[in-house]
Amino acid sequence: MTGRIFAVGGFEPQARWQAAAFLAPGSSSFADFLAVAAPDLLPRAAHPAGAGSAGPGGVPAAAPGGPADIAHGTTIVAAVCADGVVMAGDRRATAGNMISQRDIEKVFRGDEFSCVGIAGVAGIGVDLVRLFGVELEHYEKLEGRSLSLEGKANRLAGLVKSNLGAAMQGLVAVPLLAGYDVDTDQGRIFSFDVAGGKYEEQRFASIGSGSVFARGALKKLYRDGMSLDDVVLALMEALYDAADDDSATGGPDMSRRIYPIVATVTADGYNRLTDEAAGRHAETVVTERMRLPDGPPAPLHPAAS
Amino acid sequence: MSMPFYVSPEQVMKDKADYARKRISQIRSGVVMTCEAGILLVAPNPSRALRKFSEMYDRIAFAAVGRYNEFETLRKAGVRYADMTGFTYDRRDVTARGLADWYGQLLGSLFTDSPKPYEVEIVVAEVGKTTADDEIYRITFEGSVADEHGFVVVGGQADRVAAVLKEQYSPSMSLIEAMRLAIASLAGQGDGNSEPMTSGQLEVALLERSRPHRAFRRLTGARLETLLAEARPAAAGPTAAANGSSGGPAAGADADGGGAGPETPTGGSANGGSANGDSAASGSPDGGSPDDGSSGGGSATDGGDGSGA
Repeated sequence: MTGRIFAVGGFEPQARWQAAAFLAPGSSSFADFLAVAAPDLLPRAAHPAGAGSAGPGGVPAAAPGGPADIAHGTTIVAAVCADGVVMAGDRRATAGNMISQRDIEKVFRGDEFSCVGIAGVAGIGVDLVRLFGVELEHYEKLEGRSLSLEGKANRLAGLVKSNLGAAMQGLVAVPLLAGYDVDTDQGRIFSFDVAGGKYEEQRFASIGSGSVFARGALKKLYRDGMSLDDVVLALMEALYDAADDDSATGGPDMSRRIYPIVATVTADGYNRLTDEAAGRHAETVVTERMRLPDGPPAPLHPAAS
Repeated sequence: MSMPFYVSPEQVMKDKADYARKRISQIRSGVVMTCEAGILLVAPNPSRALRKFSEMYDRIAFAAVGRYNEFETLRKAGVRYADMTGFTYDRRDVTARGLADWYGQLLGSLFTDSPKPYEVEIVVAEVGKTTADDEIYRITFEGSVADEHGFVVVGGQADRVAAVLKEQYSPSMSLIEAMRLAIASLAGQGDGNSEPMTSGQLEVALLERSRPHRAFRRLTGARLETLLAEARPAAAGPTAAANGSSGGPAAGADADGGGAGPETPTGGSANGGSANGDSAASGSPDGGSPDDGSSGGGSATDGGDGSGA
């Protein structure tokens, strides 16, 4: 950072909010700016103060393997469809063996052409998504254009990586990014690991504690070139299967009318299905499961289909 | 080594103010005005990459005239301030008044502390639920903040432009009426010769009242052409001339509009022109950077600089 340091009247003369940081030429990244102007606003103990013990960084010491009493996000699925990409997530948050919230939201709008789902520690994940959203908008305003989808994925990977310290202490949160690539006119999905690795997924992906079951279901249900509506239904089935076998994933709650959140990203931009629309799909799945509790059977012999 | 002569603080301040005032008066004016559809921003600007208007936050826009590199620095600082405030508190806690105050303090200290004052005049505008809720603030190079009602003229011979506006302005104007008035008021600037305003020479943006979340929208290409065509008939004067000269630039702007996609929901020139716009943006400031040398050099955004020289 260059330039003279002078405090603008009206603000406390501390490092943050000082005019020089705002006027300094720098990158178009909001997170990078925060790291200089107000590192304490960064949603984690990325700065060294928090490592090791409970304290100022906001990261309590925790046994490796995960503290049992912190809310965890759970199953997120996403799949590419003919028009773009669809993402869906269940609504359950757990703390140990307790259900801490029945209607938590884990799928968010990233920007006009992307959405993000989170699994892991809810607090970390929600903060991560919030910062990511501002990051995308900030770049867009400063540069007058949106980041490329690859650029968004790389940026998200960077944000995940900066949480590595907390992740090593058990506060793990990983996102799943789905977006519409306006340059190639197709939906794409990226998954991440805690070390900031970015992996492009072909066709479909799932994260969270129920992801194994969801992926198994999607393997049998997914076909290339599916329509958007069919993909929504396939994701609902996959979430149902995940909820069926994973206690930390919630199924559609018909009595309370709490249904999975479904977001689509197409050439028309981001769209979140209304509760009514998601409810209709959920109802289709639940009704069908009354007849076939394990869901639609896949044909064993190719010829039989 | 010699001791510098003593110069009184009054003289220093006066010299700085005179310098900035003179430079700002040589730029062509821009207009920011409230109308039924929202807050309309219009300024002559032949560049399609170097902007005078931009999105600051959900309901807030930034308008500036003057030296490009200086107001671009201020714009970026403002976006950082707005995003940081919104991130610290909540999106609703970012207000035009807060931003205007912050800019006032920033420009005030820059004016006092730096040998050369910023040659800029900026406007921060926030669109409200009704025209009565709209807020427009004008911040000058020395940091004074003015709360304007209805409309404001920045830069150039502001009094002359404002005189036209004052006669005909009413807050209940439609977008077309507002556009017509804006063009009429700006057209008189060229030494009496009212030059035709074509879409290629104008930068137009709108803080759209009815739009949820991010209200800022650039009007470019086909959409701007349509608006101009609707606004033109009653604008007395530039009829034949306007038609004659608008053919070329209009066609170009049209093609551009198709690519840039008028339906682009994002604030900036998001998709179509991204690569082009970028290269142009990186090229043009270089061309315009020697603008400290002579006022005629003028960066692309200071289109009017030349006319003053």
